[in-house]
Amino acid sequence: MMRPFVAWVLLAAPVAALPAGPPGKIGGKVTVLGVWGGAELETFNKLVKPFQERTGVTVEFEATRDLDAVLTTRVEAGNPPDLAVLPSPGKMADLARRGKLVNLGGVLDLADLKRSYAQGWIDLGTVDGKLVGIFPKADLKGLIWYDPKSLRAAGLSASPGTFDDLLAEAHAAARKGVTPFAIGIESGAASGWVGTDWLENIFLKTHGPAKYREWYQGKLPWTSPEVKAVWQTWGKIVGDPTLCYGGSPYILSTNFGAAFVPLFETPPRAYFHFQATFIQGFIAKQFPAKKAGDDYSFFALPPVDPALARSAEISGDLVGMFRTTPQAAAFLSYLATAEAQAYWVKGGNGLSPNRQVSLDDYPSVLSRKAAQILAGAELTVFDASDMMPSKMNTAFWSAVVSFVSNPSQLDDILAELESVRKTAYPK
Amino acid sequence: MSWTRLAWAVVAVLGVPLALCAYVYAVESGLQSLAPRRRGQWRPWLWLAPGVALLAVFLVFPVLHTLVLSLLSADSTRFVGLANYAHIFTTRSMLVVLRNNLLWLALFPAATVSLGLTIAILTDRVRYQWLVKASVFVPMAISLVAAGVIWKFMYQYQPPDAPQTGTVNALLSALIPGFRPRAWLFDTSLNNVALVLVLVWMWVGLAMVILYAALQGIDEGLIEAARIEGASEAQILLRVILPLMMPTVIVVGTTLVITVLKVFDVVYVMTNGSLGTDVIANRMYKEMFNYNDFGRASAFATLLLVAIMPVMLINIRRFGRKGDAR
Repeated sequence: MMRPFVAWVLLAAPVAALPAGPPGKIGGKVTVLGVWGGAELETFNKLVKPFQERTGVTVEFEATRDLDAVLTTRVEAGNPPDLAVLPSPGKMADLARRGKLVNLGGVLDLADLKRSYAQGWIDLGTVDGKLVGIFPKADLKGLIWYDPKSLRAAGLSASPGTFDDLLAEAHAAARKGVTPFAIGIESGAASGWVGTDWLENIFLKTHGPAKYREWYQGKLPWTSPEVKAVWQTWGKIVGDPTLCYGGSPYILSTNFGAAFVPLFETPPRAYFHFQATFIQGFIAKQFPAKKAGDDYSFFALPPVDPALARSAEISGDLVGMFRTTPQAAAFLSYLATAEAQAYWVKGGNGLSPNRQVSLDDYPSVLSRKAAQILAGAELTVFDASDMMPSKMNTAFWSAVVSFVSNPSQLDDILAELESVRKTAYPK
Repeated sequence: MSWTRLAWAVVAVLGVPLALCAYVYAVESGLQSLAPRRRGQWRPWLWLAPGVALLAVFLVFPVLHTLVLSLLSADSTRFVGLANYAHIFTTRSMLVVLRNNLLWLALFPAATVSLGLTIAILTDRVRYQWLVKASVFVPMAISLVAAGVIWKFMYQYQPPDAPQTGTVNALLSALIPGFRPRAWLFDTSLNNVALVLVLVWMWVGLAMVILYAALQGIDEGLIEAARIEGASEAQILLRVILPLMMPTVIVVGTTLVITVLKVFDVVYVMTNGSLGTDVIANRMYKEMFNYNDFGRASAFATLLLVAIMPVMLINIRRFGRKGDAR
C-alpha cells in the first residue's frame, strides 16, 4: 500500500491551513491520552467519528484519572502519546520548559486560531512566548445544581443573593429534616478536587481576582487569615452534618460523578449540588428521562462579598502535542474547530472556548444559561488549583480530603500546605 | 508503526536466546584449543559471564544509581547529603507512611500465615476440602488491581437511611440489628485494617496451599506412633505437626514479609494514601511521578531495599542449609 507515503507528501505543508477539517484520507493513527470517561468519553467518541470517516485516521484514546503520573511516566520513558490532555497549565509549563511539548506555532494556523479563540485562551496555552496547548473544551465552575420542582415544593429560592442567604436557606431545609447539600469528592488518585473548586469559588467571591492570583501564584501563605477564612466559610457547609447528605463519610466515599443522585430521588434527599457545567452530561446519562431546564437547572454560587457578584471561574481541558505527525496535527486542528467543539456543547459536557460556536448553537437551555453567565461576568479567573505547580495541586487535593474528614484539624492542614508551598514553586 | 514494534519484540524474544546459544557455542569451540585442565578452570567463568553481565546492567547498576540519586536534590543537580533521609524521618506526614508500613508488617504476615495454617489443618479432615480450598485459592488468580476495585465496591458506604450497595455494610446491617454502616476506607480508625484485609484475602490461598503441601509431607507413621503413645489430638497438633511444619511456616512468613514491605497496588487503587493510609511504595511513586522528586523517591527506594535485605538473607541462608542436608 502506498497511501501512507502519498499522504506524507500531501500533508507536509498544508495541514494547518485548512480550518474546518483536514484534507482527504490520510490513514494511519493518532494516540491520545486523556481523562475523559463516562459521559465525556461518549461525546468524545461521537466527535471522533466524522474525523475518522473523513481522514481515515484511527484515533486511539487511552483514558486515565491518574493523568499526571501516567503522562509523566510515558514522557520520561521516551514513549509519549502523540497528543495528550495536559493535567493543568502548571504541568504544561513544566513540560514545555523541559522541551517535551511541540511548539504549535509551526503546526496550527495561528491566524485562524486567533479568529476562533479569545486572546485569553491563547495566552493560557502559551509558555515563554510559544503556544504549546489549546483548549478543545471549557467549563464554567462554581454552579449550584438543583431540581426546580423539589426546590419549589420545599419553598426554597433558586436565586439566593449572597452566600449567607444560601446558608440560611440550607439551614431552613435542615430544620425541615432534609440535608440540603449532596457533595461527593471521591475521584481516585485525584480525590478532593471537587473541594478545591468550592474553595476557589469562595475565595474568588470573598477576596476578588487580585488576591486570587496572588494565591495561586504562591505569593499568599496558606496560613494567612485570608486563606483560612475561605476554608472556614466552606467548613460552615461541609463541616456541618445536618447540611450535608450522609455527613463526611458520604462526602469522602462518593464519586463526584454520582454525588448528585440524592437530588433526584423521591422524596429528594438533598436540594443542592455544587459542580461545573460538565456534570449536565452525567445527569443526562443517569436520568435520561429528565429534561434539562425543567427537571434540573443551576445558579451561580452566590458571592460572599456582594460586590463580587459578577465573577466567574472557568477551567478547560488543555491538549498538547508530544510528537509531530500529520495525523496528530490534523486531529489537533480538528479539536480546535467549532465543528468538533459543538459536540461537547450538545452532549452537555461543557462549553466551547471557540467563539465561532455562537450562543444559538447551544442546544440546551442550560448550556446557553452557562454561556450567558460567562458572557456577563466582569471578572473571570481560571481554576486556581490547575494553575498551581502539580505538587501544590496534589497537596491541595489531599488537604481537602483531610479537612472533610476532620475540620477541626484546619490549622495543621494549612501548616502542611504552607510547607509544601515553600518548595513547590520554582524559585 | 506497530509492525516495527512487533518486529522488535520477535527479535528480543528469539534473538536473545539465539545470541546466548551462539555465545555458548563460541565459548565451547574456543575452549577446545586449551589444555583439558585449563578448560575446567575457565569453563564456569565463561558460562557465568553473560548472566553476571546482565545482572550487573539490570540489577547492580540501578541499585547503585538509586543510592547515588538519593543523595542528590530533586532534579539530581546538587549534592544534598542525607537531607532526603532526614526529611523522611522528621516530617510528620512521612512518619505516618513509615508507621503504616510497620502496621502492615505486624498484621499481614501473622494474619495470613495463621489463617492459612488453620484452613490447611482443618480442611485436611473433611471430605469437601476441595471446595473450601478452591474458594480460598481463587483470589490468587485475580490481579491486585482488580481485587482493589472489587473491594472498593464491597466497602462502599451509603448513609443508614439509603439501601446499602456495599457488600460489607449490607451484610453487617442484615446480620446485626441496629448496625450503622461504616465508611471503611475513610474512617481513620478502620481504613488501614480494611486495606490489610484485602491483601490477606489475596494471599491466604497461597499460604494455605504451601502449608497444606507441608502437612501432606509429614510421615503418617509419626502421628500414628504419637497416637499409640496416648497423645491427645491437641498434643499431636502442637508437639508433632507444628514443629515439623515450622521450616515451611518460616519460608512462607518471610515471603509474606517481603510482599508486605513492597505493598503498593491495593493502597494505590483503593485510597491512594489519603487519610493516613499511605505506604512507602505508594509515596515513592508519588514523589517520582507526581512531584518529579528523584532524590526523595530514591531515598524511599533505598529504605525499602535496606528493610527487605535482612529478610532475604534469612531466606537465602535457610535455602542453603536445606541444600546441605540433602
